Amino acid sequence: MANHALGAPHVSGPQPTEKTLVVVETSAQSAPLVQVGGNEWPDRVFSWTMLLCGLSVLAIVALIIVELVTKSNLSWHAFGWRFFVQSDWDPVNDQYGALPFVYGTIVSSVLALVLAVPLAIGVAVFITEMCPRWLKGPLAFTTELLAAIPSVIYGLWAIFVLVPLLREYVQPWLAKYWGWTGLFEGPPYGIGMLAAGIILAIMVVPIVSSMTREVMTAVPQQQREAVLALGATRWEMIRVGVLRNARAGILGGIILGLGRALGETMAVTMVIGNRPEIAKSLFAPGYTMASVIANEFSEATGDVYLSALVEVGLALFLVTIIVNILAQFLVWSVTRGTPARANG
Amino acid sequence: MGVGIKVEHLNAWFGKTQALHDINIAIASNHCTAVIGPSGCGKSTFVRCLNRMHETIPDAKAAGKVEIGEMDVYNGTSAVSIRRRIGMVFQKPNPFPTMSIYDNVASGLKLNGFRDRKRTDEIVERSLKYAALWEEVKDTMHKKSGAGLSGGQQQRLCIARALAVEPQVLLMDEPCSALDPISTGKIEELIFQLKEKFTIVIVTHNMQQASRVAEFTGFFLLGKLIEFDKTEKIFTTPSDKRTEDYITGRFG
Amino acid sequence: MANAISTDFGAAPISLWRRGKDVGVTIAAVAAVILVLAPLGAIFAYLVYKGIGSINWAFLTQTPKPVGEAGGGMANAIAGSVLILCLGSVLGVPMGIGAGIYLAEYGRNRLGNFIRFTADVLNGVPSIIVGIVAYGLVVLTQKHFSALAGGVALAIMMIPTITRTTEEMLLLVPSQVREAAYGLGVSRWRTTLSITLRTATSGVITGVMLAFARVAGETAPLLFTAFGNQFWNWRVNQPTAALPLQIFTYAISPFDEWHRQAWAGALILIILIVVSVSAVRIAASRGMMKGN
Repeated sequence: MANHALGAPHVSGPQPTEKTLVVVETSAQSAPLVQVGGNEWPDRVFSWTMLLCGLSVLAIVALIIVELVTKSNLSWHAFGWRFFVQSDWDPVNDQYGALPFVYGTIVSSVLALVLAVPLAIGVAVFITEMCPRWLKGPLAFTTELLAAIPSVIYGLWAIFVLVPLLREYVQPWLAKYWGWTGLFEGPPYGIGMLAAGIILAIMVVPIVSSMTREVMTAVPQQQREAVLALGATRWEMIRVGVLRNARAGILGGIILGLGRALGETMAVTMVIGNRPEIAKSLFAPGYTMASVIANEFSEATGDVYLSALVEVGLALFLVTIIVNILAQFLVWSVTRGTPARANG
Repeated sequence: MGVGIKVEHLNAWFGKTQALHDINIAIASNHCTAVIGPSGCGKSTFVRCLNRMHETIPDAKAAGKVEIGEMDVYNGTSAVSIRRRIGMVFQKPNPFPTMSIYDNVASGLKLNGFRDRKRTDEIVERSLKYAALWEEVKDTMHKKSGAGLSGGQQQRLCIARALAVEPQVLLMDEPCSALDPISTGKIEELIFQLKEKFTIVIVTHNMQQASRVAEFTGFFLLGKLIEFDKTEKIFTTPSDKRTEDYITGRFG
Repeated sequence: MANAISTDFGAAPISLWRRGKDVGVTIAAVAAVILVLAPLGAIFAYLVYKGIGSINWAFLTQTPKPVGEAGGGMANAIAGSVLILCLGSVLGVPMGIGAGIYLAEYGRNRLGNFIRFTADVLNGVPSIIVGIVAYGLVVLTQKHFSALAGGVALAIMMIPTITRTTEEMLLLVPSQVREAAYGLGVSRWRTTLSITLRTATSGVITGVMLAFARVAGETAPLLFTAFGNQFWNWRVNQPTAALPLQIFTYAISPFDEWHRQAWAGALILIILIVVSVSAVRIAASRGMMKGN
């Protein structure tokens, strides 16, 4: 074997004694055990396959866009922008205006957020800042469980429990004391915008509260200690040391909840009443973009009808995408590297 | 038998930062060569260039000529087959956490497609004996996870794992830095025995260790090889002022 | 706890107003927790109370009876759900894991960031939209509502979750473990599959199960893909019943007998989901202990 001996004199080091050296026959001299010079094709094939899987994510989103855009073309050409400002939805005469759905979607989602956000932040504050350690895990798990319940089960529960409750007790009371606002007028059906808003609120709470919890945990402990050291009460510490630092992230969580509420289908469809009308009263039935697709898509007979439904879907898609991207950026701004001002 | 290593005009980069500047060195076969220097001097990068581990770091690249025995490392041979010929032991013991002790030692063979069960058994036993671990684990090696051993045992397990593929050169990148003195002593004792069969290159930040185990020592500073000579010479009468400053503790 | 912040600094004591506000906020937070947990309790109580009486042998073994006849069950819907979920998993799990591997091992670049971002976007797409797309892709080409179309829809929903958790879990594997394998001359693909992925197995399974639990109860994307069926069906190119669809149909029907069955179906569905989520949680916490 050609050794580059470097003209090295045989160096006197501590020589190993024979008895400590385990002498076992080695095959290092003979042919190598494992084949050397393996080719690089398997590696290349593997990385290409993984790349393909990664690209499939892009392909799916591209496909969604292409599908929605091409299939809604007919309706877009027939109605243009009028589609979103007209309120007749008349399959018999092939006239379609999506305003009632847009209205229903926005009102039910906003109502849901108004109800859910204070609760969600309350829960997050309790879990991260107040709750005894032993209760933390179970509570977090329970709120997670709330997120795992399928939409259709929320709907089922809402139909048979929430709606009667609203009809018998809540709505008469609201009408009596708050009827003058105009928001709580008309016959108390139970079913309607209010029911949809409440069930959406219940579904959105876990999302908003878990995002809030995440960004609150990301606030460095020193921030809390700094405020406490100034002699603040616990609430003042939470308000100044935690919520203020985490506010962008909490806003992100709220917007993420909005995204979920906008696209939520089944539970809303089951309790909102499914009537394409715009009414001021929250007792009145309404309709949302997602539920009109759910109810009418498989029955839509005419080409324009189907195309109009897909256009509703396209609009819903674009809105939820924008909302979600906005939310992601806000959450990232907190969890990825604390804002510069926190470090001075 | 081990083989010698010849390095000519080796340069290495992390992104745009050059980590090694024109290294030329010839390492003798079946001896232990130590690489010393202050942290950040490129000594780890140097050994990682010898088996092309350097390039597994994103944005890192190396150029130059490295010959190990008859193998031209940077020309005509794939990185994977180079690494099969050269064993490497890392700073922190890194046994595969989900594998038993036996599977850890056999992993290099199995993952490279070696299927002979009986030969594998023999090789595992032999490698564990080389690494002076056999007596401690022979009864539990099929059940116990590699991660369940003590730090020193884990490092010897990693040595056994590296030896199982029958390399010609064994690279050790600060193998004792995470170990207690007793485990360190065991590893050093092992190095004496192993250089009968393998060429050993050891990176160390501990000058006493270098003087104990190595016949030759190279001193690195700021990515350059300052001096390379017999260990005694380096530690007694270095020819470069910077080497002297370092070994007398004036910096680093 | 609130009183632990003592005032004996020699400074002005904390005013009654500030302390009152502190107590008030604490009470409000506790109230919020109770208000949030109340519906959860109510939903589970109702599911058990209404569902348990209706689960019997017939419910689990028979197909639906025509309107007006008592009895019958959801056996075909349970089987259909299993079929659709299997199809969805077969399509979605390998794709998702593959994409996760790409992001973790090869995706430290522009393209990787873009895919990561797109996966997050896909995660937020409403399920009903996914239904429309699966309809266009599969139902229109086959000219049939089918289990396959339902499976495709569910796969699309599973992929982003699996991708992101797989990536996260692979990145948790210390780089030293990878280096050890490279140092042995193991090729990159072998290292990724036999070492990195194997080390991260329990975490990856968690991700898969979470995605599974999430789509198991999905109804909207099945409405015009799997469509539903009153009878047994095992063929992937035919309309197929699914548990959530059946619950929906029965819940909005006017018949008491169907309402009863809807509750029973819901109880079965929730048991399936809770069992898989808790199994995952237990497995994950055990995996973490082992990892240390």
